[in-house]
Formats: sequence, structure tokens, C-alpha cells
Amino acid sequence: MNQDIYVIIEHLQGQVADISYITLAAARDLAQETGGKVLGVLLGQNAQELASTLAADSILYADHPALAEFTSDAYQKTVASLIGENEPRAVLFGNTSIGADVASVLSARLSLPLVSSCVKTSGGKLTSQICGGKIMAESELAETTTLITVIPGGYKPESGQSETAPEVILFDAPALDDLRVTLKGYIEPEAGDVDISKESILIAIGRGIQTEDNIELAEELAKFLGGTVCSSRPIVDQGWLPTSRLVGKSGQTVKPKLYLALGISGAPEHVEGMAESEVIVAVNMDPNAPIFDIATYGVEFDFFDLIDPLLEQVEEAKEG
Amino acid sequence: MAKIVAIVKMVPDLVEELEINEAGTGLDRDWLRLIINEFDNHAIEQAILLKERDAGEVTVIAPDAEGVEDMLFTTAAKGADRMIKLAGDLEEGANNHALARAFAEAAKPYQPDLILTGVQANDDLDGPVGPLVAEYLGMPYVGYISGVTIEGNKAIVRKEYPGGLIGEMEVTLPAVLGIQAGEEPPRYVAISKVRQMMKTAEIDEQEISELNPNGGVIAKRMYLPEAAKRAEMIEGDEEEIAAKLVAIFKKAGAL
Ligand SMILES: Cc1cc2nc3c(=O)[nH]c(=O)nc-3n(C[C@H](O)[C@H](O)[C@H](O)COP(=O)(O)OP(=O)(O)OC[C@H]3O[C@@H](n4cnc5c(N)ncnc54)[C@H](O)[C@@H]3O)c2cc1C
Ligand SMILES: Nc1ncnc2c1ncn2[C@@H]1O[C@H](COP(=O)(O)O)[C@@H](O)[C@H]1O
Repeated sequence: MNQDIYVIIEHLQGQVADISYITLAAARDLAQETGGKVLGVLLGQNAQELASTLAADSILYADHPALAEFTSDAYQKTVASLIGENEPRAVLFGNTSIGADVASVLSARLSLPLVSSCVKTSGGKLTSQICGGKIMAESELAETTTLITVIPGGYKPESGQSETAPEVILFDAPALDDLRVTLKGYIEPEAGDVDISKESILIAIGRGIQTEDNIELAEELAKFLGGTVCSSRPIVDQGWLPTSRLVGKSGQTVKPKLYLALGISGAPEHVEGMAESEVIVAVNMDPNAPIFDIATYGVEFDFFDLIDPLLEQVEEAKEG
Repeated sequence: MAKIVAIVKMVPDLVEELEINEAGTGLDRDWLRLIINEFDNHAIEQAILLKERDAGEVTVIAPDAEGVEDMLFTTAAKGADRMIKLAGDLEEGANNHALARAFAEAAKPYQPDLILTGVQANDDLDGPVGPLVAEYLGMPYVGYISGVTIEGNKAIVRKEYPGGLIGEMEVTLPAVLGIQAGEEPPRYVAISKVRQMMKTAEIDEQEISELNPNGGVIAKRMYLPEAAKRAEMIEGDEEEIAAKLVAIFKKAGAL
């Protein structure tokens, strides 16, 4: 085993994902501890130029038609053979639709330990965020190559970007035939009636709103404030709002002047889509709700006791 | 006829206050209220939908935990054909690697065409269960799924990417899928129907032969996040809070 830290670079439709820059920054922190290099692992077809912005000591690149777009089977095979040959100290993945499909499978295939949902790697301490952001768990690198999945929150994407293109080293993908997973194509999201990523005032509702009928209350507030209603995932999964209104990891990233979060706990998957809002106001009954850790202003209160006086006063202020 | 296995587990209810055990290395299980993992519930819904569409058979497997029988009877009321509870020394060392090995063992005899499980659970520290089960059974895995159609020996699945983008993938069966959302929201079943199942349906209890946690992480320390960057809390009765919020909205340019 050597002391190098590998980062599996994610790209989709020709673009490097932000999580990969974040993961490169986490890898740099870890490499400072191990004394090794940071190596990006890029898989693709004619995708070499994607390496140019990556803050890594070098990039290991495999070019193969089966790697043109992400599929779990081909990525797993390629990364497995690379780890087997080089035995790095750690391999970092985004805890995403791409990284999570690969990291766990390889943990079982190669009998290597896996630490998931890691936000910070400073001082060799791996800090994971679990239970919707309510619990932090600290662990360490194991004696063998350690697999780690990274979530946003601890590092900024800019720290993983570089002006100077790193050196690219080619490596051969293993035989990639008999693949059991293939991509048929992409289905682009339907355009919604509004683009919440461009709105400056957002009224966001979560499971705390309890019923579909109560969305009206948020709509009314939004009307007075000149804002738009958006939501956390459970609201969309219930079919109460369209996917175009979803904020977070699987939805939109928003950056409004004002983000009013009503009955949202602040799970990491939600927070990654709204943490950069200018002013965040959170209303939640639970004093330990993680949303209070990132909000500018917090109101520990029952939404249903607050909404009537709030609507009244907001209406008055609007008219007055 | 597709044979479908849904793998589910109970997780901490995050609305409750969570506490750390005395050793400082795990959750204090004595005070935990458990509920079904949200995404496992979606996996169950997807399994039942597939059964209704393609005349399949659904087996649900869950490790023993407080409330697991109620949960399993609920799935029976929804249409599951067989319920299995895995029993063993699940208190310590039952990380997802250990559970996944036990799930794989338990699922094998049913020769599933498709194994569905939630894409992740809130207490996963050593990765989600689904991909581990897949590898232990030598099956392909795809996660972040929000739609499944079976066509012969293949499944056509909708894999979610950020921003609502979908990758349509073809997966050779048998396979394991990590379900993010079922095609429909999890259905509601009347409590009377669940009670009926408690009288008529049976849960098959199976002993886990060996818990092998290798590959899982050992947390050196667990703690509640430090309240370092806490929000400025707004106090008062509802009228006072409303007034203060109006001032904040004005300052933020919303009024
Ligand atoms: C792969 C993956 C991707 C995901 N992507 C996203 C995503 O893009 N966006 C997203 O939001 N989530 C996403 N999630 C889900 C995420 O993990 C959480 O489950 C979700 O964000 C929780 O939504 P919530 O805060 O509305 O609900 P909960 O976590 O249930 O929180 C509800 C909150 O409301 C409070 N509350 C209840 N009643 C009241 C009341 N009367 N007054 C005030 N407060 C009240 C409660 O105290 C609680 O804190 C994803 C999950 C996975 C696994
Ligand atoms: N839709 C559902 N699917 C599966 N299990 C459920 C569902 N709703 C509730 N349960 C479980 O059934 C038990 C009783 O739930 P409740 O009636 O909400 O107290 C708990 O163990 C829940 O986790």
C-alpha cells in the first residue's frame, strides 16, 4: 500500500460535478496527514480535457466507449482493477448517484472498509454526518485501503479547482464486456412554471406542513412577500408539488435573498441545495433540528400557531 | 411472474431527541423510537406496484427491532405475500455489512428476480445495504431509482441525477435496486386491515447464523453537532415573533 489518496471524478453530460471538487479538497486535507499525493481518477471517452480544472497532483485517465457516460457496472470494474493494482491509502467518492453506486459495491468486492457521508477529513479524522445531520461520527483510516464517500458541507468547491491543468497519466480499463447495466439515454427534466434557482424570495415547506391543504398557507405568505413556494423532498414524493420546486441534492440549488424554511428539519440532502442563501429564516418546533445550525434566524415554534398572526402582520406591513 | 424481495429496516425517528450511549460511540438504543426507513417504505410500494402490474410475488425481509412486527403486518396489509424477521444478536456490531450478509443469505432461497431496498437509511455509517447485498449475491446494483419496469430478463429503471435529470438504464436480472422513490407515494392502509393481518398472516422468524461486521467502520466517537454556528433565535409569543419576522423580511427586501 502507498500513501496516495485517489478521488473518483464524477462527470455528467460533459461536466465535472461540484462534489468532485469538494472531494478533491477533502483528499488534499487527508494527503497532508498521510504524506501521499492526490490523484484524480477520470473515466470517460474523449474526456481528457475534463481534467484541466482539477486540483490534483495528477490524473489517472482511462478512455473506453463503455465509460463514455456513467454506468455502475463499468465504473465498478474499472475502479476495482485500479485499486487492486495500486493499493492507495484511501479512495474518495462523492456520496451521490454516481459515487454511492460504486463505493459500497467495491467495499464488498474487495473486502475494504467503507466510511460513508464524510464531511471533513482534517487531522486524519474522518467526520461523518448521519441521522439527517443530527449525529456526527468520527472514525479513522483503516490498516488497509479505506473507501470513503464524501458529502458537501466541509469544503468549498473552489478549493478543489485549479488554474493549471494537472498531468494526465493514461491507464487501461479492464475488459468491459458482458456489462449488466447499460445507459439507454437521458430524460431531461420538464421545465416547471418557475425556475426557483432564479427567484430571490423562497418560501420552503417541509413535512412539518402535514397536509396538502396547508400548502395554501405558504402560498398566501408567498403572495404577500412576492416570493415562490418550494419544498423538501417528502413534499414532492407525496405528489403535492412538482419536481421543479424541489430544493436540494436531487433538486435545484438555490441562492435567494430570503429563504424561509417552514417545518424543514435541515437534512444534509436539503441543506446542500440552500445553504448559500443570503438570509435563512427557519421555523421548527424541534430545538435540535439541524436547520438551526445553518439558519441566520431561528424560530422554535409550532408553525400552525404562528401562521395566522404572521399572515395578518405581513399583510398589514404590505398595505401600510 | 417476477419474484421480488424487499429488504427493509427500522431506523431512528429523527423527530425525537437522539442521545449518545455512555461509551460515546453509538446511539443510546434504550430511548430510541424506531420507524421504518423512509426509502424502504418507497421500496415496498414499488414492489407492490410491480406485483400488481406483473402478477409477481413479494417477500419482505427485515431484521428484528422494536416495532418490526407491526411494520411487517402493515406490508402484508399492503399486499406482501411473505414476511421474514431476521433474529440474532443485533444490538452490537450489526452494521450494514453484517446485515447485508444476513439479508443475502435470507434472500437466496427465494431466487429473487429483483431485490428492492431503500437507497439509503439515516443510520448508515458504513454505506447503504443495497449495493452490499448485490455484491454478496453477485448481482448488479443500481441506486437512486424512481421507476422500474420489468421486460423479460431485464429491468428498465429511472436513475435520478441532480436537478431532475433521469438516466434510463437497462439492468440484467436478477438485480438489486436502491429505491429513492416509488412510482406512487407509499399507500396508506387502514389500521383495521393491519389488525386483520395480525390475526391471519404469519411472520417467518429466521435466526441469523453468524453476524460478520467486517468492512464496516468502527466509530471512535459519536456526538451531537456543536451548536457553534447556531441561528440567532427569535423569542416571544406568536404576535411578537410575527412582528420580528416582519422586520427581518423588510430588511431582506421582501416587504
Ligand atoms: C439520495 C437522496 C437524495 C435526497 N435529495 C433530497 C433533496 O434534494 N431535497 C430534500 O429536501 N431532501 C432530499 N432527500 C431527503 C432528505 O434526506 C430528508 O429526508 C428530507 O430533506 C426531509 O424533509 P423534511 O425536512 O421536510 O422532513 P423531516 O425531516 O421529517 O422534518 C420535518 C420537520 O418539521 C418539523 N415540524 C413538524 N411539525 C411542525 C410544526 N407544526 N411547526 C414547526 N415545525 C414542525 C419537525 O420538527 C421536523 O424537524 C434526499 C435523500 C436521499 C437519500
Ligand atoms: N406505510 C407504512 N409502511 C410500512 N410500515 C409502516 C407504514 N406506516 C407505518 N408503518 C409501521 O407500522 C408501525 C405502526 O405505525 P404507526 O401506525 O404510524 O404508529 C410502525 O412500526 C411503523 O414504522
